[in-house]
Amino acid sequence: MALDKEILLEVKNLVRIFGSGKSAVKAVDNVSFSIRKGEILSLLGESGSGKTTTARLILKLLPLTEGKIIFKNRDITHLNNRRSLLEYWREVQAIFQDPFSSFNSFYSVKRVLNNVFRLIKDDIFKEDREEKIKESLLNVGLNPEEVLNKRPYELSGGQRQRIMLARILIIKPSLLIADEPTSMIDASSRAGILNLLLDLRGKYGMSIMFITHDMGLAYYTSDTLLIMNNGKIVESGDAEKIIENPKDSYTVRLLSDVPVLYRKWEL
Amino acid sequence: MENLLTANQLKAYYRTVQGEEVKAVDDVFLEVKEGEVLGIAGESGCGKSTLASVLSFTILPPLYLIDGEVIVDSHNIFILDKETLRREIKGRYISIVPQGAMNSLNPTSRIKNFVIDVLKEHFPDITKEEALKRARERFEALSLPARILDAYPHQLSGGMKQRTVTVISTLLNPSVLIADEPTSALDVSSQKIVIKLFVELLKRNIIKSIVFITHELLLLRHFADRIAIMYAGKIIELGPMEEVIFSPLHPYTKLLISSILVPEAGMKEKKIDAIPGVPPDLKNPPSGCRFHPRCPSYMKGVCEKISPNLVDITQEHKVSCFLYGGKDGT
Amino acid sequence: MKDIFILLFRSKRFIVGSILFLSVLLFALIGPMLTPKSPFQMVGGLFSPPSDKFILGTDNLGRDVFIQLMYGTRTSLLIGLTAGIIATSIGVTIGSIAGYKGGITEEILMGITNVFITIPSIVILILLSIAIKTRSALVMGLVIGITAWPWAARAVRAQTASLKTREHIDIARISGFNTFEMIIWEILPYMFSYIFMVFILQFSGGILNEATLSMLGLGPYQTVSLGVMLHWSLLWEAVRTGAWWAFIPPVICLSITTFSLMSMNASMDEIFNPKLRRG
Repeated sequence: MALDKEILLEVKNLVRIFGSGKSAVKAVDNVSFSIRKGEILSLLGESGSGKTTTARLILKLLPLTEGKIIFKNRDITHLNNRRSLLEYWREVQAIFQDPFSSFNSFYSVKRVLNNVFRLIKDDIFKEDREEKIKESLLNVGLNPEEVLNKRPYELSGGQRQRIMLARILIIKPSLLIADEPTSMIDASSRAGILNLLLDLRGKYGMSIMFITHDMGLAYYTSDTLLIMNNGKIVESGDAEKIIENPKDSYTVRLLSDVPVLYRKWEL
Repeated sequence: MENLLTANQLKAYYRTVQGEEVKAVDDVFLEVKEGEVLGIAGESGCGKSTLASVLSFTILPPLYLIDGEVIVDSHNIFILDKETLRREIKGRYISIVPQGAMNSLNPTSRIKNFVIDVLKEHFPDITKEEALKRARERFEALSLPARILDAYPHQLSGGMKQRTVTVISTLLNPSVLIADEPTSALDVSSQKIVIKLFVELLKRNIIKSIVFITHELLLLRHFADRIAIMYAGKIIELGPMEEVIFSPLHPYTKLLISSILVPEAGMKEKKIDAIPGVPPDLKNPPSGCRFHPRCPSYMKGVCEKISPNLVDITQEHKVSCFLYGGKDGT
Repeated sequence: MKDIFILLFRSKRFIVGSILFLSVLLFALIGPMLTPKSPFQMVGGLFSPPSDKFILGTDNLGRDVFIQLMYGTRTSLLIGLTAGIIATSIGVTIGSIAGYKGGITEEILMGITNVFITIPSIVILILLSIAIKTRSALVMGLVIGITAWPWAARAVRAQTASLKTREHIDIARISGFNTFEMIIWEILPYMFSYIFMVFILQFSGGILNEATLSMLGLGPYQTVSLGVMLHWSLLWEAVRTGAWWAFIPPVICLSITTFSLMSMNASMDEIFNPKLRRG
């Protein structure tokens, strides 16, 4: 797929420090990269590498310590007024790892879908909203009658993640950040979720940034890989090229320790 | 050669407060041979952890043993009294590294105290010095720094903790080591190191066999000799590693293998197939073959009626699926 | 939800606690309605022991102790309830805002809370009681409530801080919820049971605090409460004269009330925190 050259998001010299003085931790250490329109990229790293913090910085769930975030050519580093934030979240959204805690267990799953209409400013009447919700559920392979009025605990992990995807389909952001979207789903349900995610780029030209520790997933889904270790990006580039010819020693070690199918480990 | 462990017609169910039965282990057959690594793979909820508990005879309510036997050293361990079990079998013949073991270490106590406790359980007359000497020797033999013994759990990394509990559980040189998800919480590099340790324990004859339980089938490719696939409380395929991974027979196994993602050249073009539906609720499993509601090769009138038996296809490779016979025990 | 009620009603502790508490409640609410007598009427001899005429005898001024007990319990419960509601409301508001917003807001709010905690509440209670001119039951409840909120605030802050890490909070934020909406719709529902338990503890604490204050003579004017009864018996040396009926009944009443509330609380804690369940 020929990638659009247009840059959607650019992150420059991002730093995030937690704590202060002697116990200060640099979770994100001078991270810079960009995402193009329609590109799928993976931020790959082990736990503690800073990948989740980076995602939260981009989602503006966390203030940054230093650096700049530029989205569609606008500097959104210090967005603080509510309206601009809502506009931003119309364009940049997320799906998280735990399909259970992504829902408020006190309400039916319909609520999480209804709530997106706060972001969509177009005057959509109640009937249209219901239509949009039903349509998006069908598009993720769920039957609206069966799931809409259920509580989260009545559905499986895979179904819950699909509802999260339906939510994304209603909003149709330009950029989706997917934080370990399948790691807490049964192996047999994973492929379905992944295929739906990849369709988002195929059908709607959405850019997707995967946050993951799973090299297989990153390689399979992404055009570009960014390998993170200790808050820094140690290697970045075309997924195919990195797998075939890793340059950084950390990447090399990671690749040799990941279990693959054909080449057997020498133990 | 005699098996080190044989499990026959094993049935273990949970009985809930509300009176429901969860058929977590339902008619399981297994054998563990000397010198081998037997891998048991299955998704969460398939009953594999329950199987681990049963095989290491940690069966406490609400889990109940309904039927079956586990034969170890020609004894059916379910008939033995608790004392004999504790003294003779546990730790010495069969030892288990349970799921989450590395996080159950007492955070206020140094590792060496844990070691002393374990050894005193089995050798009440052993002195502290002897116990520590034994532990130190074992650690060194396996290239683990002896200073671990003086450390507190929080001072050790995840991989180090897991290796520590593994070594301690093999201090009595058990014949069968059962490990339940020992590497799930570890990063990729620590995972490999821990598996290397398992293999070394076997090579050095400190243990005689390993039963490795995991949800990651791909891991087993690298060190298991035979693999058993578990689904909804039953073993549905059992065979040599190469055959199960590269020539799987059961439709479920095939789908599992085809959805494995690895950073290996050529994988990008692969199309992964989704398995429709969800793993079944063990309170109310599907009738007949438990996989039939999701099976692409479902044969109406057959698969939902009766459960297929585990049938030999080649001498070593068994599968429980009507595609390969098994309707009337043939 | 239903399962929670089923579990609660299976718990012996809860049943005992709630039956006891209901008895006290009925005694305090229905009792006064069934009798035309007043607790302030001088109807008998001074400190006369229990008899057919007066079930619990009379106090130092010849007033019916049993009637006093009914009205007194009612007043004490009212004060405890007021204190409980006020302390819980303030505590939940401050605690949840501090826990959710974090950062400077949390530091400031928790700083204030900690200052209040370190000052012995009894000192504040005494000072406030002296300073305030009117001392009705409600005012007392208010005063007690205002000194009791810090504990609730800390507890609620801790709960909020841990709930904040759930992913549904992030989803709500990126769907455009503001702080107020977040706390009310996404956080508070998870703390219902916790807040309820906090309230029960504040309620029973309020009753005890009232008893203490009233015993020191700082109780409500022109009202009888359990603490006021104790105050009178101390003042008029009921102990020395051997008039046990003037102080034992209010003590028993206080004990039963707080015990029943604590039992209910303990059993609820067991249900809501499955880790504490036995067996």
